[in-house]
Amino acid sequence: MAAYTEINKQDGAPELRRRAVLLFAILAIAFLGLGARLIYLQILHGERYTFLSENNRIRLKRVPGTRGMVLDRYGQLLVDSRPSFDLFFVPEDSDAPENTLRLLARYLKWDESEVLKTYQDNKSRAAFDEITLGRDVEWSTIVAVETHQLDLPGVTLRARPRRNYTDGQAAAHVLGYLGEINQKQLKTFKEQGYGIGDEIGQYGLERRWEEVLHGQSGGQQVEVDALGRRVRVLHEVTDVPGYTVHLTLDRRLQQTAFEALNGKQGTIVAIDVSDGAILAMASTPAFDPNNFARGIKLDEWRALIQDQLRPLSNRSTQGQYPPGSTFKIIMSIAGLEEGVINPEASISDPGYYVFGNRSFRDWKEGGHGSVNFHRAVVISCDTYFYQLGPKIGIDRIAKWARAFGLGEKSGVALDDERGGTIPDTAWKMKRYRQPWFPGETVSVAIGQGYVTVTPLQLANMMAAVANGGKLFRPRIVSKVESVDGTTVHEYGPELIRTIALKPDTLKRVHAALADAVKVGTGGMARSPLIEIAGKTGTAQVVEMKGGYVKSEQLTYFNRDHAWFVSYAPVDNPQIAIAVLVEHGGHGGDAAAPMAKKVFEKFIEIQKQGSDKQQARLEGSTHAD
Amino acid sequence: MQIDRRMISHFDWTLLFLTLAFVGIGVATIYSANFNLAEGHAGPLPMRQFTWLGLGLIAMFGALSFDYHYIDRVAYPFYALMLVLLALVLIVGHSGGGSQRWINLGFFRLQPSEPAKLAIVLIMAKYFQSDEPPKGYSLRDLWVPFAMVAPLVFLTLIQPDLGTAIILGVVFISMVLMGGLRLRSFSYLVAAGIAFLPVAWHFLKTYQRNRILTFLDPDRDPLGAGYHVIQSQIAIGSGRLFGKGFLHGTQNRLDFLPAQHTDFIFAVFSEEWGLAGCAVLLLLYFIMIAYCIRLVQRSKDRFGALLVFGMIAIVFWHVTINVAMVSGIMPVVGVPLPMVSYGGSALASMMFAVGIMMNVSMRRFIF
Repeated sequence: MAAYTEINKQDGAPELRRRAVLLFAILAIAFLGLGARLIYLQILHGERYTFLSENNRIRLKRVPGTRGMVLDRYGQLLVDSRPSFDLFFVPEDSDAPENTLRLLARYLKWDESEVLKTYQDNKSRAAFDEITLGRDVEWSTIVAVETHQLDLPGVTLRARPRRNYTDGQAAAHVLGYLGEINQKQLKTFKEQGYGIGDEIGQYGLERRWEEVLHGQSGGQQVEVDALGRRVRVLHEVTDVPGYTVHLTLDRRLQQTAFEALNGKQGTIVAIDVSDGAILAMASTPAFDPNNFARGIKLDEWRALIQDQLRPLSNRSTQGQYPPGSTFKIIMSIAGLEEGVINPEASISDPGYYVFGNRSFRDWKEGGHGSVNFHRAVVISCDTYFYQLGPKIGIDRIAKWARAFGLGEKSGVALDDERGGTIPDTAWKMKRYRQPWFPGETVSVAIGQGYVTVTPLQLANMMAAVANGGKLFRPRIVSKVESVDGTTVHEYGPELIRTIALKPDTLKRVHAALADAVKVGTGGMARSPLIEIAGKTGTAQVVEMKGGYVKSEQLTYFNRDHAWFVSYAPVDNPQIAIAVLVEHGGHGGDAAAPMAKKVFEKFIEIQKQGSDKQQARLEGSTHAD
Repeated sequence: MQIDRRMISHFDWTLLFLTLAFVGIGVATIYSANFNLAEGHAGPLPMRQFTWLGLGLIAMFGALSFDYHYIDRVAYPFYALMLVLLALVLIVGHSGGGSQRWINLGFFRLQPSEPAKLAIVLIMAKYFQSDEPPKGYSLRDLWVPFAMVAPLVFLTLIQPDLGTAIILGVVFISMVLMGGLRLRSFSYLVAAGIAFLPVAWHFLKTYQRNRILTFLDPDRDPLGAGYHVIQSQIAIGSGRLFGKGFLHGTQNRLDFLPAQHTDFIFAVFSEEWGLAGCAVLLLLYFIMIAYCIRLVQRSKDRFGALLVFGMIAIVFWHVTINVAMVSGIMPVVGVPLPMVSYGGSALASMMFAVGIMMNVSMRRFIF
């Protein structure tokens, strides 16, 4: 009652006081309702729910959708999923786990102590957690387990599609691999129906195209008996298989490129000059994605990530290298287009070029003598381009390099692509807060200094040079199809820009590149089967001071990178190829012969194709 | 700041002890929900909840340290801040579980929708604090508060956070009714609301629609959305009278429950403590709410009474909706159990709300 006297004294909010009485009623009704519900669940139906929870024999089994296939441009299989069986054991479902396992070992003729050891090692885990006894077990094992199922409570087989990479290492970096979903990915992908233990693309196409390849998990709500065997399926949601991804790659060309690299560290990229389709993209040393499919072992994984030669890196898109003399192609085009080069005029090359108080060496001791534009490209005369550099100026060089897609990510649909660097005055100010020194332009003129590119960029640059200035976005995926063959999405050529080039510029550059192979530094690429145009490059890894040192005399990791960028056939270009061999020494020796092998394979494939077509045509004529 | 001696003698120990009891029950249940059987101990969540308790105590004592009439001046700025934060969430927010609800502050991920619930109470108390017109407020008087609340609800709906949007809505309606809306005007509102339902349905996300459909028919999708409700009911029901004991809830242990430490924590608690435990927990809530309704009656002015009412309405609706949802008499919407569920923003906001009520309680003797 004391409270009321207080209120009367204060008389704060009479209306609210009145309404508050009603609030007590509402509160009481709401809580009585909740209480009634709890009594209903816990007392009236408590027994039933207890039964359900103790015998929670309703299990959810998720069935991941079969992952989509990856095919090459001719429909040849690159990746598919084949069925495999894993063997599990759930200790909780067996009265005497050790006896069951002994029996199992006897049926399977497995080493009893090893099976028991696996069990002991996992004993600390919860009894309802399944222990993996074997992955991808043999057919005889499956038969044995199925036959003796009744004696083996808790032992289960589960079918699981296993990823199969037809060509092993050959296209490893493009295709990538799968791995078990990690905690971070689980958070991101949970809404899309991923669960613990699911596989997810971790690298390459498998990762970048995860959404398309993955498909949708189905699932079953299964009632199991006391032994953990399924009694019946209560409810089922069917899984949806992933889409088939068609690539622009040619499996045979890919194989050839991989073999041409011959275990060296390097990469070969081949592009169709007419539309930017990537025909081959090999990077070595590689890894075998099949090892990831069967479940990579810890020591194998350690070996891969600790390897100094970085087998997990896709050198064609993730490696950034100085372009070396291959950059002279950009310099030539820039010089001719900007009117700085007088193609007929010659300079005299004493073997060095002095700029300010610094002397820049030509690769050839003593120099090349009298050199005009054509000869400068053919013999890759450094001095000619040294003197050209400051005349064009860094900003104009950068403009032309960028026009051909250098210094920026190409946008190819692969993982973690790098963009390389094309420096100019603004870039240097931003990066180093320093003005550009004209002397630095001299280094850039022969593709050294701050300039770095990826092999993919150079291949694409060559494609644009070959086709007269059309820069396409490099494509790796051409089509996505559903399992029944309907096209879900088609990825056609994507023209980034058409670079306006004078016919005279193109004519001179094409002629010089053709001669560079015919009579110049690219001689090792010469082929009787196909006429090739190209440019060699030797990219310094460490700056050479003092005298001339042969690359072979340097320690391995200090040796020069070898480049060869090219296209063919000369008169009607179809394919552009960039080859990089890390620490390979001279581009002409190390890289050019590799490109030749791929070109020759390309011609061979084309011939086979037209022969077949011919045969088909003739066949149809005969049938008439 | 000068501390009035009368403040200390009138300090509201009841509300403080009740709050600490809830947090204690919460931490224990979070410990169980986060318990890792294989490792034999819980994960980091219960410890973190303790940290949030520290944050909550700061919020609580902050909320009672000044005279609550000062809120009259800060209500609108506070509201504006909440609008900005909710808009910010959509731009720079951190997403989780399919919606974007958090702002990363480095040490702490703030969920602005929690303090936004308080903003509604503050602005509504400010708006309705003057004496009622003789026949009560009409719909025309509601335009201003409606225009202020609508953006908050809209911003939470598109996160999407249906649970918070519902809380904002019911707290708004509660405040309007308590503030003195004419009953006839109210019936118009209800009619309009019902007419609006199909439109609202249109704006729901697929998963939200699924939850409602699943509620109407749990067997519709026993593998997906319906699964949680079924498992949660099994958890509660199997607790029976005295529960399975601390750390012995099998539904919880076997990961049959979703969001064990947040929205579904009541299921974990019920499984382990049974009806007896539930009765104690609900009784504590009942005591707190009833105590605060008494406080509404005893406040010295309308502003204080409305503040207390709003804050306790938040608690009431959270408890009712959460328990109803977990026990399967309402569709699943994301509403935490106040002061018990895991979550820093929710705990700090709730304790701030309690702080406001303590503030009003302590100052009712001072003129």
